[in-house]
Amino acid sequence: MSTLAAVAGLRAAETGHAERLTTVRHEHMDARPFVLVPLTLAGEACAPLAALAGTDPDHPVLLTVRQPRDRAERFRFVERLAALLLPYIETCRTAETETYTVGRGKEKEERARFLRAPQLLVPNGEGIAYVRLLGRLTRLRAAEGPHAVDPSVPALGKWLTWFADRAEFPGSCLLQAGTRLLAANWATGQSPSEDSHLASLLAWIDPPPGRDGAEAARETEEDPLRWPPAGPATDPVFDRTLDELISRYDEAGEGRGREAAGRQIDNELYAQMLPTWRLVWCGVDLLRALPPGEHVAERWAYDRRLFSEYAAYLDEDGRPQARRDHAVGAARRLARLEEAGTRYDAERAYDDPLVMAEYELTGEAFTGVVVAREEDRTVPGARPGSTLWRPTITVRGEMPIRLAVGKGVKCPARPGQPGEIIEVHPEGDIHAVVIQLNGGFSKRKPPAPPGTLAEVGETVTYTSVDPKSMPSVLPAEEGTPWTHGGPPQPYEPTDDDAEEIWE
Amino acid sequence: MPPQHPYEPPDDRLAALRGPRPPQAYTARKITALTANPACSRRAVLDAAGIDKAVLAQRMGYEPRFGQSPFAIARERDFETLVKWGGYAELIRLLREELGTPVEEAAVADLNEVGGDTSLARRANETRRLLGHLASGSDERLILDRPVLTLEVAGQTACLEPHALTHRVGGKFYVSEIRSFPAIDGQANPTAVAQTAKQAAVSVLALHRTFEALGLDTGQIAHEFLLICPKDFSNRPYGRLVDLRQELDALRFQLTRLRRADQLALALPPSATLDTDRAESELGASVEALDASYTPDCLSFCEMARYCRDEATDCASPARLGGMVRNALPGVDSTRTALGYLDGTHAPGPTEEAAITRLRAAERLRRLRRGDVA
Repeated sequence: MSTLAAVAGLRAAETGHAERLTTVRHEHMDARPFVLVPLTLAGEACAPLAALAGTDPDHPVLLTVRQPRDRAERFRFVERLAALLLPYIETCRTAETETYTVGRGKEKEERARFLRAPQLLVPNGEGIAYVRLLGRLTRLRAAEGPHAVDPSVPALGKWLTWFADRAEFPGSCLLQAGTRLLAANWATGQSPSEDSHLASLLAWIDPPPGRDGAEAARETEEDPLRWPPAGPATDPVFDRTLDELISRYDEAGEGRGREAAGRQIDNELYAQMLPTWRLVWCGVDLLRALPPGEHVAERWAYDRRLFSEYAAYLDEDGRPQARRDHAVGAARRLARLEEAGTRYDAERAYDDPLVMAEYELTGEAFTGVVVAREEDRTVPGARPGSTLWRPTITVRGEMPIRLAVGKGVKCPARPGQPGEIIEVHPEGDIHAVVIQLNGGFSKRKPPAPPGTLAEVGETVTYTSVDPKSMPSVLPAEEGTPWTHGGPPQPYEPTDDDAEEIWE
Repeated sequence: MPPQHPYEPPDDRLAALRGPRPPQAYTARKITALTANPACSRRAVLDAAGIDKAVLAQRMGYEPRFGQSPFAIARERDFETLVKWGGYAELIRLLREELGTPVEEAAVADLNEVGGDTSLARRANETRRLLGHLASGSDERLILDRPVLTLEVAGQTACLEPHALTHRVGGKFYVSEIRSFPAIDGQANPTAVAQTAKQAAVSVLALHRTFEALGLDTGQIAHEFLLICPKDFSNRPYGRLVDLRQELDALRFQLTRLRRADQLALALPPSATLDTDRAESELGASVEALDASYTPDCLSFCEMARYCRDEATDCASPARLGGMVRNALPGVDSTRTALGYLDGTHAPGPTEEAAITRLRAAERLRRLRRGDVA
């Protein structure tokens, strides 16, 4: 991976303070995110034990399951979570909309998207896995028939699955994990596996006064009472206490004793989750304080568009996601994942010189001073006798480059101006690159409008990385040819799904 | 360099290091941990000597964070009981489904004890006897419940207890492992499956050695094992045959690389002790004398990891910061040296030059491009 991040890690280990990996934040931080801190019962596939949830940092809502092996109680937990999350999603759906255009030429179309979208935040990567599992467990349930559950259960399941699916796409901020957001922006003097512990990571980034990050991170490990694991897995030592409390609750029969035992379970679980709840919000504050990168709003607009589309789908069709992707869907998804990854990397590099530096180091980008320019240069056009206006600039840089003559390049300061390397002159350690500019002047004849052509003496960065590279075009799902199995059939949940055992 | 200490029989040396406490068994888990980090002499010796590492870590001031939740233990026990219920009825059903061959009812030989004797040696003998009987052609149908297989590892004899070993199904013997992590829509946690496969590979290898020792045809041993885990969110057993060829090859290779633990132990001074009832200072000196090879992965499986991590921090080992930093510093054994190169206080030698040039370029770019970000 990144050599720059390795250097940042070395410096962090030396000084005991986290080092920034970015100059701007590349993730959208919503004004009103929904935070979910879940706990599950150890050893089970997905047995919710408790959660703190909500949008108000000062007033988390406590959800607990006092007897986690009781199926009815588990569904009650899901209903209560749905009663919190679904109204939150609904507030985004009742927000105002804006119009945007898709396609070009004849296929150009105006569509509307909501101005808001839900942002779900969990403490760590395991939290995302939990959202996926809970979604899988609930989305296929039926609201009618012999195994009917409350309609909010499958509704929540579909949304949770949608969130978890989106979380795999680089650049999407609909469901995010606190540790991932923070680790993307700061390097610590510990290893990535230790960085996946929220308390330890935050201790490095924001240590208490008078401590350095290394000391503070150690303290979070030494004291599991003050810094319990961020879940969803619980501390095995805490489980022993919980085991006793649950037994006492079971034995207490109906009445006041049972209620008291139940309340004690609630209190213990609350104490296990509250530190993590606070840490997530502390992370949110730290991230909000960073200025956002240029492309953040654009990516969030895409997230809002997907949200609007899924909300419309639920109104019109509403069938849940299948147990597994069909082949066509999987191929499409893989292609989209790869594109999203490439585009996200390129956009971050354009927004952030510290990210671009990694490409400079590998020679895929170079920075230098414009030492000469030829504004009136023309080259022969395609038709005999015609000429094209193609000005050049000469950039002198200090780092070795690995871009060959003929390579298309762009400058983040003028992303609409495609260029092409036409000459490279090595001069000892430094080199001069002649770049021909193929457009971006909004006219066909010199002189160039002010600002569109770099001045002599200006420092510019050019790179072969391009966020606007065209995505691969896949045929519409309905148009899948018979050679590929024809259009895929949507998944219909069966009775087996509705009555699936949850024990 | 010849050993400077008078020769003593290796087992006695390891036993002497351990002291009066009874040794801990050498398990499949320990072998996989050792092969995951074969350079770690510390773990090799501690495991070979049968030291309780959790107690040792505690004595050295590191409360180990391992230990299982009572809920997880209960679930595991319930699931195992369910699979074994009715003479392994579920196992036989799964074999039938997975192998496509008719698998008939079978008797079960309970090897958890032999005539009231639960000692590993006795159970291993009985396992060997039954295996010889089954493999040499008598068509008895018998499933071995908790057989004990032995394997020589780094000069030590390890005793392995796979959950079950089938009789010949289609001419082959299959090792079965029962685990309580779920397979959801046919997919289980890949890390957990990989871990189980490594442990199963150890059992299969031990089975190979046993067959060889008994002069039986090792072609009868399947290179797949049956993984049994709960299906989706239920308790219903689900089984899949998992191929082990890659794990077996890797394991065989790693085992040839392991240095004999007794030879590693010889490098310790005669006064060394690993007896967890001795004073902390004595223990500390002995543990320190054994070379560790810490990586952040150790934190997830080794009881001593937090001790080794502090040691790695003190000597500024690049591995302490994870694979990314370590790989950026080939041939540099300390982050202090690396920082010295970066700051220009040391000059790198010819072997480090290329990596350090790159690192310096990265450092320069970081300084230039970070702007006013603190």
